[in-house]
Amino acid sequence: MEDTRVRQHDDRWNWFWAWANPVKFMSWTGKVLPWLMAMTLVTLIPGLVWGFFFTPEAQGFGSSVKIIYVHVPSATMAIQAWGMMVVASLIWLIRRHHVGALAAKGAALIGLTMTAVALITGAIWGQPMWGTYWAWDPRLTAFLILFLFYIGYMALWAAIDDPDTAADLTSVLAIVGSVFAVLSRYAVNFWNQGLHQGATLSLDKEENIADVFWLPLVLSLVGFGLLCLVLVLVRTRTEVRMRRLRAIEMRERMRDA
Amino acid sequence: MIALLVRDLRLTFRAGGGFGLGLAFFLIVTVLVPFGVGPQSDLLARIAPGILWVGALLACLLSLDRIFQLDFEDGSLDLLATAPLPLEGVVTMKALAHWVTTGLPLTLAAPLFGGLMSLPQAGYFWVFVTLLIGTPALSMIGTFGAALTVGLKRGGLLLSLLVLPLYIPTLLFGAETARRGIMGMDYAQTLAILAGVSAGSIAILPFAAAAAIRINLR
Repeated sequence: MEDTRVRQHDDRWNWFWAWANPVKFMSWTGKVLPWLMAMTLVTLIPGLVWGFFFTPEAQGFGSSVKIIYVHVPSATMAIQAWGMMVVASLIWLIRRHHVGALAAKGAALIGLTMTAVALITGAIWGQPMWGTYWAWDPRLTAFLILFLFYIGYMALWAAIDDPDTAADLTSVLAIVGSVFAVLSRYAVNFWNQGLHQGATLSLDKEENIADVFWLPLVLSLVGFGLLCLVLVLVRTRTEVRMRRLRAIEMRERMRDA
Repeated sequence: MIALLVRDLRLTFRAGGGFGLGLAFFLIVTVLVPFGVGPQSDLLARIAPGILWVGALLACLLSLDRIFQLDFEDGSLDLLATAPLPLEGVVTMKALAHWVTTGLPLTLAAPLFGGLMSLPQAGYFWVFVTLLIGTPALSMIGTFGAALTVGLKRGGLLLSLLVLPLYIPTLLFGAETARRGIMGMDYAQTLAILAGVSAGSIAILPFAAAAAIRINLR
């Protein structure tokens, strides 16, 4: 025991992991959050306003193209949130930092919301463009599957009373789930032809969308990314506080008894 | 390991209710579908492989919570966890026992029930082959789900919620291969991926399931 403690002390990454100490985490996120929120507002609002009101209508799309400024960023964030969740789960499993587990829990909620937003805006966009709210297009299907994965993950969190057991089991599920989620993403390609157009936002292709649409979209993407980061941090802080509250309540009850 | 397998098989056969139940459920699902969609045989023939796959999958799900629950309640799971046999091996044997009592009978029965669904001639072979290759993955994934929920009082519904999304790739490739086989299309690619899903599940998931059990027994 003593031995490992000494070795941990010598660990040259200790300065990094110290940020995950709950007290320190609360203090630095408390300081950083207002700045992050300000940056979110500065990117998200101009991005959306620019996109909604100051871009031309795209040929063949009409004004429905404007929903892209919500649809694409939320879809991107739905996937990023899963990645965040897996990384946070790994941090919990490997380093046993409680903040990691709580951040994973927070990211799942945000990811679920973003998936829902992407599906709903996609349905609204799909109606004028493809003549249907829903089709079993591979990307649509993959997002529905992602939605189901998020629900399963959060249901497991909710079902287990002991917080450490819940954190462990959901982390295992997150890792196994990622493998199967990726597998499902490629499986649906075999099963149906797509309605979505090919990638138009990649940096290495000739055929990208025009700059008039591209710039506000990038701004919205950055804004949504920051928004997600802010929401996950707020959510994690709430979870940390809830756990502290529970500890205080337990202590009170112990004293009364 | 063999002794454990034999013990599990014997328990399942003698306990009653577990073994035949899945098959009966599968039969009922196959009977209900024509009531739901109408008796036109050309329609039934078209959806038959898919319905057989979904039915087999649901029947498989039915007996999952029994894999660890009884052993957990009477304490034998603690004994197994502390036994010299690695927990990964225990989990694999549990999955194998589940497959022998659920997946294998379902596979054997599926062509028989296919008659009810006016399955095309080539379909008997394809449904049988794809289920034979795919059901081990269903059992293994299900065992992982059961390991996650073993400590919970009412884990049954949660178990379905966790396991069904994980079943999606297996179902997709299984039903797709059967469909392609029946229609005489190129099936080698999807068949190979289906086999890969099975093999990969058996190779990786015992570790995840064993880890989940260790957490639950802590």
